[in-house]
Amino acid sequence: MDFLSTLINGLSLGGRYAMIALGYTMVYGIAKMLNFAHGDIIMVGAYTIYIFMAMNQPVIAIVAAVLVCVLFGVLIEKIAYKPLRGASPLAVLITAIGVSYLLQSLAQIIFGSANKMVNGYEFGMVKLLGADIQVSELITLGAATAVMIALTLFVKYTRTGRAMIAVSEDKGAAQLMGINVNRIIMITFAIGSALAALAGLFYLFKSPSVSNNLGAMPGIKAFTAAVIGGIGSIPGAMLGGLLLGIIESVSYKITVIAPYTDAIEFSILIIILLIRPTGFLGKKRREKV
Amino acid sequence: MEKYILETKDMGISFGGLKAAQNVNLRIKKNQIYGLIGPNGAGKTTVFNLLTGVYKPTTGTFYLDGEELKGLSQEKINQKGIARTFQNIRLFNNMTVVRNVMVGLHNNPKFKCTVLESFFRLPGHFRCEKEMRAKAKELLRIFGLEDERNNLACNLPYGKQRKLEIARALATEPKLLLLDEPAAGMNPHETEDLIQTIKLIRDRFDMTILLIEHDMKFVSGLCDEITVLNFGTVLTEGKTKDALSNREVIRAYIGG
Repeated sequence: MDFLSTLINGLSLGGRYAMIALGYTMVYGIAKMLNFAHGDIIMVGAYTIYIFMAMNQPVIAIVAAVLVCVLFGVLIEKIAYKPLRGASPLAVLITAIGVSYLLQSLAQIIFGSANKMVNGYEFGMVKLLGADIQVSELITLGAATAVMIALTLFVKYTRTGRAMIAVSEDKGAAQLMGINVNRIIMITFAIGSALAALAGLFYLFKSPSVSNNLGAMPGIKAFTAAVIGGIGSIPGAMLGGLLLGIIESVSYKITVIAPYTDAIEFSILIIILLIRPTGFLGKKRREKV
Repeated sequence: MEKYILETKDMGISFGGLKAAQNVNLRIKKNQIYGLIGPNGAGKTTVFNLLTGVYKPTTGTFYLDGEELKGLSQEKINQKGIARTFQNIRLFNNMTVVRNVMVGLHNNPKFKCTVLESFFRLPGHFRCEKEMRAKAKELLRIFGLEDERNNLACNLPYGKQRKLEIARALATEPKLLLLDEPAAGMNPHETEDLIQTIKLIRDRFDMTILLIEHDMKFVSGLCDEITVLNFGTVLTEGKTKDALSNREVIRAYIGG
């Protein structure tokens, strides 16, 4: 059954987009900035996995990727973005693009420009209701779902999560309630980067080659997903990611439009923004006069 | 020498050439309800912003319970014991009433649990959450907001939003509570209710309160002493009744 495999492919692809989109959306909601270097954290994670897989350590590779990405995310925030707190959004945006190029170039200097192969995460296929499904897709889907549930619980029902929402709603008032905004922003970057590391892992499940611009396209797609869902909204990022994943996988199945898949996805973004400028679940911001 | 909860010494700030506040000397004793009044643009909210670290004083300094707080960040000042409400209510609108108060409890040492405890949902996390929720409910009960604890803050009627803001500020367990025009926009009935609430806060929480208000009936009904600001400087200070009948004050308010 083709339908089922397309759906599962779409959902697992969507799960990956959602995990990256969460990083964009949380950072936007809390630090009010677009972190265009976020996609490249995926690449950092993928190279970390490559290094450890070369030593044949599949489990350590995953843990290390998460830790290295968290470290990168937090350091980038501290060194590049924190000094610009209160600067014009454009300055922060350009800095983020600069960081993105810096990471890509560093990776090229360290690992060279040839693609590196990561072998060792092969899981084979299963038959499910008559359809051939890759086990890796199921793992991706399951893990992404679990992570999203965990994140939702964390944000909703913990002290730190509440502080995150408070900061995203009114930074000044949150500060005057004794919340250390810099710390909350740091935690947000750490969580976003950890999710990016896992997304990087899932990309390697799908195609085991690492290059220095591995994160660029998924980054842009996930950003699209975040905007479709309503940037700043956590459920929005999940919804946008899953939606985009399904659209992409369906589009690939239809021979006539398959080559135009990327164009279709970005067109959908434009259409949705025309109809609902705040995305599906985005909040309308009332301007205070 | 008398001991003051809040003491400002020649505190002031200028924005470029504009002296928004200068030589502000406040001395507030424990358990006082102290008023800060003055015409529009007199610098009252500026003083609040200085005391809460939103602005840093360019001259002078201030002490809370003998400790100099000048130059500390907003969250540090809150942790040292100054909490406030806002002239235009600034609740976390898309959070429920009880969660708004729980944000206020964020730094309370009684409810500390680490991020990792929370993330992996260890027992410490659940204990801390449960205790925080109970504490928040207790505060809401005092303000008669317990039944609305699961409503979104933005759906509360105006008077209750004001009360919730006070409850959230009290959750940070301050030594000094700053209320910025708490009676603004209230009808006479709500204002009377608020007067009782503020007295209750002082007695029940052993609180010292500094408030800005335009409603003179409210001020004379509540404040022991006041300071009158005009054009960023202190016009007069003293017992509420004396200060309000001061000729300079009347002139500042109604001209002439």
